[in-house]
Amino acid sequence: MKLRQSFVNMIGARGTSTMNNLRGVYTLWYRDILIFGRDRVHIISSITLPLLFVFVFGIGLSARMGDLAPGINFTQFLFPGIIGMTILMSSFTAGVSVVWDREVGFLREVLIAPISRASVAMGKTLGTATIAVIQGIIILLFAPLVDISVSAWTVLVLLPLMLLLAISMSSLGILLATRIKSLEAFHGLMSLLMFPMVFLSGVFFPLQGLPAWMDILVKFNPVTYGIAPIRQVVLGASPDSLFSIVLFGHTMSIWEDVTMLALFAAAMILLAMWSFGKQD
Amino acid sequence: MTDYIIKVEKLVKRFGKLAAVDDISFSVVPGEIFGFLGPNGAGKTTTINILCTLLKPTSGRASVNGFDVVRQQSQVRQSIGLVFQDPSLDVRLSGLQNLRFHASVYHVPAPIREQRIEQVLMMMELWDRRNNEVRTYSGGMKRRLELARGLLHYPKVLFLDEPTLGLDPQTRSHIWEYILDLRQREGTTIFLTTHYMDEAENADRIAIIDYGKLIAIDTPERLKNIVSKDIISVKTDDNDRAAEEIGLRYRIEVIRDGDELTFEVANGEEFLPTFVREFGTKILSINLHQPSLDDVFLKLTGREIRQEAASSEIKTIVRQYDRRTRH
Repeated sequence: MKLRQSFVNMIGARGTSTMNNLRGVYTLWYRDILIFGRDRVHIISSITLPLLFVFVFGIGLSARMGDLAPGINFTQFLFPGIIGMTILMSSFTAGVSVVWDREVGFLREVLIAPISRASVAMGKTLGTATIAVIQGIIILLFAPLVDISVSAWTVLVLLPLMLLLAISMSSLGILLATRIKSLEAFHGLMSLLMFPMVFLSGVFFPLQGLPAWMDILVKFNPVTYGIAPIRQVVLGASPDSLFSIVLFGHTMSIWEDVTMLALFAAAMILLAMWSFGKQD
Repeated sequence: MTDYIIKVEKLVKRFGKLAAVDDISFSVVPGEIFGFLGPNGAGKTTTINILCTLLKPTSGRASVNGFDVVRQQSQVRQSIGLVFQDPSLDVRLSGLQNLRFHASVYHVPAPIREQRIEQVLMMMELWDRRNNEVRTYSGGMKRRLELARGLLHYPKVLFLDEPTLGLDPQTRSHIWEYILDLRQREGTTIFLTTHYMDEAENADRIAIIDYGKLIAIDTPERLKNIVSKDIISVKTDDNDRAAEEIGLRYRIEVIRDGDELTFEVANGEEFLPTFVREFGTKILSINLHQPSLDDVFLKLTGREIRQEAASSEIKTIVRQYDRRTRH
């Protein structure tokens, strides 16, 4: 009974209609898009680091390294990983924007509106996730420069994968933002979490032959299950063991990766919606 | 249905041991301008936050527009407009975009949305600047934009928490023109908190709150009648001796307020010349004035309303408590 009541409170916020909540989600989403569209500096700066990784770090290392797989050099291997990294880093800022809204007072305007808290959290998640996916696509446009050919079909398959990764990370950011109130503390925690998540996800190196401790960390890292399928789709690799995750001796398919990521995303977004409703 | 637009019964809000709102009851009728007057930390903002569904009461009940503030949050929110003490605008959006955001989350139907936005922007004299980012607005413009936003969905009750705090006198009187005009045209009920006495006199009724308790509730006129006589404030070179002398000679009560002594006399203009001639202690300055709400507050609490040292301490406690319980 109590559980049911708290679920009702979370989703419906006592008397808000579904229609109103959907409009709430849309309005919060649209605000993020508006602000992103206005901020050209942000757009450019958000793709600078990933491009440096691909074209300086990647090409620099490739020069001395042979192919990692038949016909795939290090830069090409790195490229889809960097798309994933861009999405991860960008979506995490959903939390920053919530903390910022709280600091400048705008969060109160949102919290007092006749829409449910859960729909606010959802709108915020989707807004940031959309922007993260746009940034991922901008990086994808550079594929021809590293000799990767991308078909329309690839893009079509890639979109939901990117969105799933983005949603899981932005809801994680929002979840943390409901607990951490200062911008400085949030930035601190963000780099504390973000860099291990990036480094231990297979963005920069294949997942085979790692020392046991690292292997465990990599497989506990939910981001791993977002990077692997993106890489397999972009490089068009058949379930080649070098690019797939091997869990307990089983080589995981893209579908299995996606299932893991989707479970994590669902857990995160439910937690974020619940926690957002609980703050005052 | 009730005849009251706001009804508060035995409302209590505790932060730990501190009762920020301590068993208060009152009601407001539709179309009334109701003022909540008291020093900082008296419990004004806490009460507003409860009425606006931002805080849950520890005990007691409150309803706005017939809706319970705990059980019918969404209906309450739809019924109210709120202008905060601190800014709550998105400074990265334009004035127009801030209003569109608000109209959308408050379900102002699309066909009338743009027309309403134009109307409130015109009213607040912000139409020319509507496409500028809010970060370029002055403090007064931001406050006007918040007011415009608070009016956008035609709320039944408009809550104004220190609406003119920190604004220059000209902007303050402008904003009051808008508020009075709004009540006239829309019949909006206005619930405001203030610690400006002159501002409180615009209200139909005033509740005086101190340390979380309601200590008086009435029209400004009748409240002023509590202090029926003229008020004399005097500074002397020895206040102790002077207080004793006044008490002995005229048999009236003297209130000490900082380095001033205050007392009431029936006919101040006639009293003053004799007083000055006959008084034994050296007088440094003397002042005679008609009663204002300041004096009512002083009379009721023994303190001046702007004397905020003690109550700002309470505010700090509340804030610390707030921080602790949020985690």
